[in-house]
Amino acid sequence: MVDNKQQWKAWLYLSPAIILLLVFTVWPIINTLRMAFLEGYSAQAEVGGATFEFGIGNFLKVIEYKKFLQCMQNTILLCVLTVPISTLLALLIAVALNSIKGLQKILQTIFFLPYVTNSIAIGMVFAAMFNIVGSFHGTENEIIQTAGIINNVIEFFGGERVNWINAGSQYWANITVMVVYIVWNALPFKILVLLGGLQSINAQYYDAAKVDGTSRSRVFARITVPLLSPMLAYVIITGFIGGFKEYTSIVGIFGETMGPPDAPGRLNTMVGFVYEALENKHQGRASAAALILFVIILIVTRLNMRFGKKSVYY
Amino acid sequence: MTTSKKNIVMREKDMQKVSAQQKVVQALVKVGVYAFLLVMALIVLFPFYWMLISSVKTLEEYRMSVPTFWPQKIMLSNYVEAFTTANLGRLFLNTLYVGLVSTLLSLVITILCAFAFARLEFKGKETLFGLMLATMMIPGELFTITNYQTVTQLGWLNTFTVLIVPFLVSVFYIYLLKQNFMQIPNELYLAAKVDGTSDIKYLCKVMIPLALPTLISITILKMMGAWNSYIWPRLVANDAEHRLITNGLRNAFTETTGDVNYPVQMAAVAIVSAPLFLVFIFLRKYIMAGVSRSGIKG
Repeated sequence: MVDNKQQWKAWLYLSPAIILLLVFTVWPIINTLRMAFLEGYSAQAEVGGATFEFGIGNFLKVIEYKKFLQCMQNTILLCVLTVPISTLLALLIAVALNSIKGLQKILQTIFFLPYVTNSIAIGMVFAAMFNIVGSFHGTENEIIQTAGIINNVIEFFGGERVNWINAGSQYWANITVMVVYIVWNALPFKILVLLGGLQSINAQYYDAAKVDGTSRSRVFARITVPLLSPMLAYVIITGFIGGFKEYTSIVGIFGETMGPPDAPGRLNTMVGFVYEALENKHQGRASAAALILFVIILIVTRLNMRFGKKSVYY
Repeated sequence: MTTSKKNIVMREKDMQKVSAQQKVVQALVKVGVYAFLLVMALIVLFPFYWMLISSVKTLEEYRMSVPTFWPQKIMLSNYVEAFTTANLGRLFLNTLYVGLVSTLLSLVITILCAFAFARLEFKGKETLFGLMLATMMIPGELFTITNYQTVTQLGWLNTFTVLIVPFLVSVFYIYLLKQNFMQIPNELYLAAKVDGTSDIKYLCKVMIPLALPTLISITILKMMGAWNSYIWPRLVANDAEHRLITNGLRNAFTETTGDVNYPVQMAAVAIVSAPLFLVFIFLRKYIMAGVSRSGIKG
């Protein structure tokens, strides 16, 4: 029996949250759909009295737009590279951490440190490490003052210096820097979750394996990974979702030009595209791009879950 | 007789040999594990180290073609310069204000909402909660486009309001707190009702103290969110009076490649990072507890 007084009270307590959600969450969902399906929609023009026809023109424009394809390529490339690398590294580190006793707490703290950073601020540190300082514009006869610590290390080991992020740098070099930075940034969360999962695995499994004289690699493949699979699925899914929304880490390293000085926008991502369209007052196009992003995230999550169902042991 | 005895002796020797071998392998594995972890830890720490030592170098030293791993001369004046060039004092106060006010309001809204979901019975409770959880799947960019229009129409551009109000409700925090509230036995609430205690008094006296760890986690994550937010503030409040710290940092040092005055820039980065580290050192437990359940950054 639900008494009326409780009903009334409940809605009173819920009201602040519901009002805010209606204005800043529910209305945007409806409005984004509306804007996306109105040909060439612009809010400024609408205020001026313009009307727009219903259609899928915004989506076609976005998909045909060369810049968007570049953004999508960058986003997917970064996802496909960083998620497996960071997951594998995090798994190795978590398993190693779980197997030791001494130094475990302090190492755990160190590995969590990148999490509590500001991705713009530390992006600037990474930029400094990769940057060639001097009047360097990617042409002949440069005055190079310092090639940056990463290049110094490469040269110390007998390699050749690389133009990572400066003018005249190659696309693959830019992507490498981004992958290093994103993996560094993504490790803490994954290690935290995986280590938590490892610590909750019942020690009896390992004891049984020991009695049977099972080899280390077999224990890892047949006990650790299967029992850890829910956590692995979780970090992979959240990794992909985060990866598709990549934006600030690129601003951190390359600034708002989203690319080296001679190729602005080369590293732009899908989220970056949405904001660019928004700033240029193409709300219709921005909405269409945001919806495409949402659908991609949904599909990838679904695929991950379906794939996960076959390999996740609960 | 003798041969069988011999056999046994040999077998024992073999066993000893095998166990000695195993011990060596185990020791080697242990060394390998530690070596791997230490190398990875060094890689993880290196950017912080580089930030700190670069921030106290002179410009000449930073630009030496052979890098120094310990500053020859410690230039603390870089920090003073960073503080003034980026106007960090103002940015600090702005961010602190936005962070505190939004955390406080957000806590009140979240507590009331979680209480209603955890303790009260009303029609459509499950449906409403399910719908709210479903909104968590949608990427924030989708909301930003319309929210930008909404706040423009409300005349909120370049105010503190625009930085606070749109993000007051977090479905995730409501979910987290609701779960926590539900662990508190309902009998306590019924007993309080019999005694004629008001809901608010019960909330303050029983629920809030019992759910304190979750509330602390929410507070820290919310404050860190204000500290690290970049996209929205840049869009809606990018004037000198209302600018937040991350935005201000990026604005003050737009050059990322070429001829950059890195020592000062690194000093600014160190100043901006310091509060985060302090919070982390003292409140690590709460941050980790909140983070492992959310999967979101800030």
